[in-house]
Amino acid sequence: MNINLTLIGQSIAFIFFVLFCMKFVWPPIVAALAEREKKIADGLLAAERAEKDLELAKHKVSDQLREAKEESAKLIEQANKRAQQIVEEAKQKAIEEADRQKAAAEAEIAQQMNRAREELRGKVATLAIAGAERILQSSVDQQAHGKLVDDLAAQL
Amino acid sequence: MAAEGNGPTTVEYIQHHLTNWTYGKLPAGTYCDGTSVQETTGWTTAHCQEEIEAMGMMSIHVDSMLWSIGLGVVFVLLFRWAASKATSGIPNRFLGTVEMIIEFIDKTVRDGFKHRNPMIAPMALTIFVWIFFMNLMDLLPVDWIPELAVLVSGDPHFYFKIVPTTDPNITLAMGFTVFFLMIGFSIMKKGALGFLKEITLHPFHSGKWYVDIFLVPINFFLESITLLARPISLGLRLFGNLYAGELIFILIATMYSAGLIIGILGGVLQWGWAVFHILVITLQAFVFMVLTIVYMAMAHEVEEEDQFTH
Repeated sequence: MNINLTLIGQSIAFIFFVLFCMKFVWPPIVAALAEREKKIADGLLAAERAEKDLELAKHKVSDQLREAKEESAKLIEQANKRAQQIVEEAKQKAIEEADRQKAAAEAEIAQQMNRAREELRGKVATLAIAGAERILQSSVDQQAHGKLVDDLAAQL
Repeated sequence: MAAEGNGPTTVEYIQHHLTNWTYGKLPAGTYCDGTSVQETTGWTTAHCQEEIEAMGMMSIHVDSMLWSIGLGVVFVLLFRWAASKATSGIPNRFLGTVEMIIEFIDKTVRDGFKHRNPMIAPMALTIFVWIFFMNLMDLLPVDWIPELAVLVSGDPHFYFKIVPTTDPNITLAMGFTVFFLMIGFSIMKKGALGFLKEITLHPFHSGKWYVDIFLVPINFFLESITLLARPISLGLRLFGNLYAGELIFILIATMYSAGLIIGILGGVLQWGWAVFHILVITLQAFVFMVLTIVYMAMAHEVEEEDQFTH
């Protein structure tokens, strides 16, 4: 056990290292640790909040989905109704058009029949006169017999 | 390497390993069985025990100082580097280790020291890591570095101890530095009068001045011993543990020259003792740190005033 100047040297070295540690080592590391602790705490909090937000968003999405489905169902129903209506209307129109065309055709037929009858009547009168001329083989007074033939033709 | 031919005897070997490289003021005279002659009083390196004794107080253990300051520098550089790299981001393995040590010490200080003093935690860190590093030198095989020193210096009797904590100067210096800081903080906290009261009106106190006058010297004597016992026990506990450990390593090392079987046994013993010592060196560093924290906490505690005023 030789106690000597080493004692003083070591004391000075010790104080120096403690002061160095106090100034340059301890504060930055402790500060970094505290900052990390805060960061982690913040991160955990944010994660929790995000989870809550996600839950909320999920709810919202499902709500919106349900609404959209309902709306689309409504729309389809409306469309179906409308389609039926259109088909109905078209049918109605077609029937009306057919009726109209039928009536027009019938009118034309009647007109043409009348015209043909008129013509036929005229031709029959002429034919009857010609026939009568031939049968009688005589000259007939056109004026006296014409009235007769016209009466005959009117009776046809 | 002991007790062989013209090599050193076992006793010489052990003694050589327990002697520090001493540089000091040697009075003129002839020393070491006439092999070393000092013509005029002056500073020189000691060559034998006799010279070291002649130097007395005016000498310094160069090896202790070199290793202690060297390891201290390694400690501050390592931790300073870590401090400059420390961020709130993800730490790498080295930074993680440093942070683990810091957190461990921070927790220990928080548990033991409830006052505010920015010096206590860094001091605890310095004590723990520095003493651990110094103790760690104990695990190096006892002959490696001293033999290297002999090779480098060219002097076959070159003294070189590599474990600073086996030098009582080193451990007592730390103990007494803690002691003076303790007194300093105590006076800062309680005032000089408060501190004086603490060491003179404890543990015996009557409240009547004519009785107290006789109790003050007794109190002062008892309290002084209590106070002084702290640094001495701090220093000697660390020194004793490490010195004993080192001695056993040296004793085991002497077995290597005593034949193959004993040499192998010595190897096994050295390994076992080293494993055990990993625990001892860590524990001693921790004990020194915890006791320092406890003493500092005591220095900061203000006693209830009514004990002194009534």
